[in-house]
Order: sequence, then structure tokens, then C-alpha cells
Amino acid sequence: MAQSPATENSGLMAQAVKEALVAAAISFGLFVLYVGIETYQDINNALVWRTRWGLLAIFVVIAAVSRFVVVGFIKPHLDKRKRDKAKAGIPEVSDGKTFFQRNFLKLALVGLLIYPPLSVMLAGTQGSLKYVDNFGIQILIYVMLAWGLNIVVGLAGLLDLGYVAFYAVGAYSYALLSQQFGLSFWVLLPLSGILAAFWGIILGFPVLRLRGDYLAIVTLAFGEIIRLVLINWTDVTRGTFGISGIPKASFFGIWSFDVGADNNFTKAWGLSMSSAYYKIFLFYLILALCMLTAYVTIKLRRMPIGRAWEALREDEIACRSLGINTVTTKLTAFAIGAMIGGFAGAFFATRQGFVSPESFVFLESAVILAIVVLGGMGSLTGIAIAAIVMVGGTEVLREMEFLKHVFGPDFTPELYRMLLFGLAMVVVMVFKPRGFVGSREPTAFLKERKAVSGSFTKEGHG
Amino acid sequence: MTLGTNVMKNETILKVEHLSMRFGGLMAIDDFSFDAKRGDITALIGPNGAGKTTVFNCITGFYKPTMGMITLTQRDGDQYLLERLRDFEITKVAKVSRTFQNIRLFSGLTVLENLLVAQHNALMKASGYTVLGLLGLPAYTKASAAAIDKAKYWLDKANLTERADDPAGDLPYGAQRRLEIARAMCTGPELLCLDEPAAGLNPRESAALNTLLHSIRDDGASILLIEHDMSVVMEISDHVVVLEYGQKISDGTPDHVKNDPKVIAAYLGVEDDEVEQIEEQLDEGRI
Repeated sequence: MAQSPATENSGLMAQAVKEALVAAAISFGLFVLYVGIETYQDINNALVWRTRWGLLAIFVVIAAVSRFVVVGFIKPHLDKRKRDKAKAGIPEVSDGKTFFQRNFLKLALVGLLIYPPLSVMLAGTQGSLKYVDNFGIQILIYVMLAWGLNIVVGLAGLLDLGYVAFYAVGAYSYALLSQQFGLSFWVLLPLSGILAAFWGIILGFPVLRLRGDYLAIVTLAFGEIIRLVLINWTDVTRGTFGISGIPKASFFGIWSFDVGADNNFTKAWGLSMSSAYYKIFLFYLILALCMLTAYVTIKLRRMPIGRAWEALREDEIACRSLGINTVTTKLTAFAIGAMIGGFAGAFFATRQGFVSPESFVFLESAVILAIVVLGGMGSLTGIAIAAIVMVGGTEVLREMEFLKHVFGPDFTPELYRMLLFGLAMVVVMVFKPRGFVGSREPTAFLKERKAVSGSFTKEGHG
Repeated sequence: MTLGTNVMKNETILKVEHLSMRFGGLMAIDDFSFDAKRGDITALIGPNGAGKTTVFNCITGFYKPTMGMITLTQRDGDQYLLERLRDFEITKVAKVSRTFQNIRLFSGLTVLENLLVAQHNALMKASGYTVLGLLGLPAYTKASAAAIDKAKYWLDKANLTERADDPAGDLPYGAQRRLEIARAMCTGPELLCLDEPAAGLNPRESAALNTLLHSIRDDGASILLIEHDMSVVMEISDHVVVLEYGQKISDGTPDHVKNDPKVIAAYLGVEDDEVEQIEEQLDEGRI
């Protein structure tokens, strides 16, 4: 602190300029081949290349300017705020909660319940399709899958890279059984869950004696095996063609959503023909399934089995020394996670009306796992937020037509979603290494319920 | 829980016979036998690498012994052969619980939750293996209240009530040791095995530990402990077994063991006059 503020400031600016130049050089090196040079086919189908120096310049300038701003202004500001806080002796986490923070969950639920009518009012019956189906249902499916995987990864600490296998089992169970035997959605929904749980147990028996990396590899392989069986067992699954014409779910058998049926929902209510009503029904259905998942997770966490899962994540050997049968405990976590995946799969099949092995690739498992990790392992709220950001974000990208004016007409923003996905993960992991919600709520307390900081919890190793 | 101390004293609770454990070419324990009496604090001592922890791991099922028989007799006369049970069954069925040399707490769970996890089996049964508990039947509500009462009892004994809602990983070292013992006691054991409970404790924490161990014994549980700290062993144990290179070299009361020349030679070093003798022997080329 011997320097005067003026020299300190000019020193800072000099450093900011220096770092900006370094950032510019690095980004030039990174992008010169990817962005600066473009290959295309000319009229004779020969591959030729042209340069895009303007676009490259934009990339480099963005990198340099943002680095300059971060080093020169944002970082000193944050440091100063931290110093002031430390001087004032105010703890980092304030205890006072606003109305919004206290009632966040209730508000979120109410928001979800009024979301479909609201989008109908704002965008019209047909216009609401996009918001209810593409955003609402799509996100909620991922919320449910991530909550299901959360039981396995977040609570029990078992790294499962093949979760999509159970999703596939659920989807194909519904697709095949409904077509072969004509059973209704409401019979097959629980059945799909049970079949998925059954496969979870079948897989679990040989696999759960493995730990850590080995478990991850074997579950990854299992996910691929299921997909390859679906592709190659053409007699049953029709291979890569997939199964189409999967029956729609009915309103508990009272009203059907099939166009030709006598008890058609729109006819019964005298509404104009639109598929939007079916989508709205599906929205509430998946919302109910999500709530069921959340309820079961919250309930189970307070039961001995849920505590045993979390204890297993913390220390498996200590669990065994306390008389907990770790094999059955792991199996229940696996089976319940798989069952939820199966429910989601059955819902997916009835929503799409079509399933094919394409939908169950490893990337899906990776995305679901990324949502769990980003949200904060074990935290339902954090995972829901992560699902909205990740899945909703990729959907929003499709809507960004204006980017075409910036980057040219053949720029398709959704192709960059994986890039953004990765970027978001890096950013979150740098600033919040334990995910959006890193702390855990204790399941029992004597005097007050204090959240346990993420620095004490473990990720599990089995 | 409060059975009189002397009611069934001098009855054997744990009988280890001809225990051997071989790791490849290394005989870690060689034909080791001892008895532990009900209501006693039995200490297993010996120099580094003598095989104390291996004996412990055999008793608590973390190793399967190469040879030998380990018999546990419960208060009601039921007998179990521990070497035939799986590790979690030893705690669940035979009622032997243990702590670890390097503390193994569930650091991300609160102190109270640690004690509730220890009551897993009782609570599982009460919750009808989760099914009935999910329905919210009163039997489970009652059982979970009882579990919290039991946890409170041990929190109080271990002097941890103030920290009940803090994460276990946040406790100071001495408190973590006491919590691990309290957690082991929450499984309702008849025999408690402690692996170096006083390691790394300062004198005051050590004294608190002694009080806790005595109160556990007065509650009716027997204790088997491994210890390096001779002052702790001599102060609290009723019976001492000394192990060296996997073999028993002495067995008896603390006073008897303290004065056993074999123990002194092995554990505390050889006495001065004996050094001369050995040097003479060396000179004559006999060793």
C-alpha cells in the first residue's frame, strides 16, 4: 500500500493492456485456422478455401476487449468489494432472506401450473405449441431424468454413465407393449418403470462390486449394449427404422386425444381441433411425474435408506462397519434411479409417437449427467435450474434468428449448442465448483437446520 | 442399556483361537489366541507392525483369516463364529462394532445424521424396509423419534450436544474421535472395538476419552482396544494382551504385563545389564 492510488491505477491499466494483448495473441492462434479460413465447394465440386479475416478480427477483438475489461475493471471492483466486506466484518453469506428466496419453490410451482394457459393467452392456441412443447415438456423431461440420475450419482455417489439405457428400456417397453398388446398408457407407465428397475437390478448385481472409474466404464458399456441391441434386434425393434405410430396417452381413459375417436377431448369440450390441448395435457402429466420424483426423493432422503445412500457416498467402509449391507443399498439406489428413467422413457415414447435408437445415444447420458453436476449433486432445485439453463438454452438458440444477420445467412446457431454447453460447464465449475446449489440440507436436526457446506460433502467413489 | 457392571463379569465374550493371517509369503498373525471377558476393557498392544490392526480386521470381518476361530458369545447366550460372517453382518447380527485408526466419519452429514445412519438396521425394520415408512405409518414415526432420543443420549455422553447440527467434518479432531465412538455405540454393540482411539489427542482430549470409555463400560458394553499410548492402556484397561511379530508374548493384568521381561524387551527395549550380556554374546560370535 506504499504506492499512491494514481500509480497503482496506471500500473493496473498497463497490466490490463498487456493481458489483453496476450489474450488477443492466444485467440488469434486458436481461431486463425478455424475461423480465419473457410473451405467450401465451388461449382465443379472442388474443395477450395477463402479467408474470413473480418470475422477473425471480431473474435480477436472480443477476446482482447473482454480480457481488458475483466483485468482492468471487474477484478479490481470485486477485490475491493471483498476487502470492504472483510473490513466491515460482514460474513459472506447473509442470513436475511427476501420474500422471493423464502417462497422460491412455491412461486416456481405456481408459475409452472399457470404456464400453459398463460402461453395460450399470449401466443394463441396454435402458437402456444412451441412454448408448451419445445420448452416446457422438453425441459421437464430432462428435469425428471436428471432428478432420477441424481439419486444414483448425487445421493449414492455411484457414477453412472449409461443412464440413458433405462430411459430406452422405458421408452421401448411402452412402444412395444402398447403396439403388441394394445395396453393403455396408464397400465404401461408403471410397468415401464418396473421393467427399467428390473434391468437396473440385473445390471447392478455384477457391476456394483466395481468402484469409481471401473463402474463408470461398465455403465457406459451397458448403455451402448442396450442401444446396439435395439439397433440389431430388428425382428422386435425394427432396428434403426424405429417404432412409429405409438398410441397417445388418454385422459385417464375418459377422453382420448386420437382425432377419430368418439370421446375425443376437443369434441367433448366443443373446442376447435388442435394438437395444443394434447401437448398441454402432456405438460401437466410430465409436471406431475416430476413432482412425484421430487416427492419420492425428498421422502426417501429422510428415510433410513436415503441416509444410507448419502453415507455410502461419504464413506463405504464406514457404512459396512455400521452393519449396512452396501450391496442392497447400492442396488436400491440403482433400481429407483432406473425406475424414474423408465417412467420418463414411457412418457417420451407417448409424447413423440416414435422411438428409435437415435434418441438414446451416449450424448444423452452425458447431457443428463452434466445437468446433475452443474446443478449441484443432490440438490433438486439446483438441478432443475441447470436443466432450464441447459435445455432451455439450446432451444432458445434455435430462436435466435438475428444471429444470422451478424454471422451470415448460413449460420445455424443450434449447431453451437455443444460449444455453449461446454463453455457453461467450464464457467460454472470455475465459479461454483459444487454446482449452482453446492450445499446440502440435513435430513434431521435438533435445534436448527443448517445447510452443510459443499466443502464437507464428498462426490463418492463407487 | 444400564446393566450392572459386575453381573456377568468373567464370562468370555470374545474367544480368539489359533488365529493366523497370511498375506502371500508374510505371516502377519501366527497362531494367536486370547479371550476377552464381558464388561472388561481389553487392550491389544504391541510395537509397530506387530499385527494389531490385522487382528482387528479379522475380528470385524474386513479380512478373512487364513486359519483360526473367533467366537462371540452374546449376553443371551447366542454364539457366533465371526470368521464366517460378512463384515456388515458382524455389526448387524453379532453386535460387534468398530472404529478406525484414521477416522472414518460421514463428513458431509451432520453429527446427528451420523448417529442416525448408525441405527440403520433398526430403523429399516421399523420403516418396513422403506415401504411402510413412505406411507407415514405411526410405527415409523415412533421409531425415528426413538432413534433421535438414542442419538441424543450418546451426544450427551460424548459431550457433542452443542455441535449436533454441524457437519461432522467441521468438528475438531478430538471431537471427531468421540463422535466415531458414539456412532459405533449407536449400533447397539455388545463388543466395541477401538483402533487407537487416543492417537493424536492432546492430554485433555485424552482424559475426556477415558471418561467416555469408562461410561461405555459401565453401560454394559465390553471394549477391545488397540493402543500405542502406554499411559492410556495402563490407566483404563482391565486386561492387556501383547503382540509382537504376529505372536502373543504376554497376557494378563496391566501390572503383570508391565513387569513381564519379555514385554519390556520387545516393547520398551532391552534393559542395560542385558545389553552387556548381549554384547558379550556378540563378542563370542554366538549371535
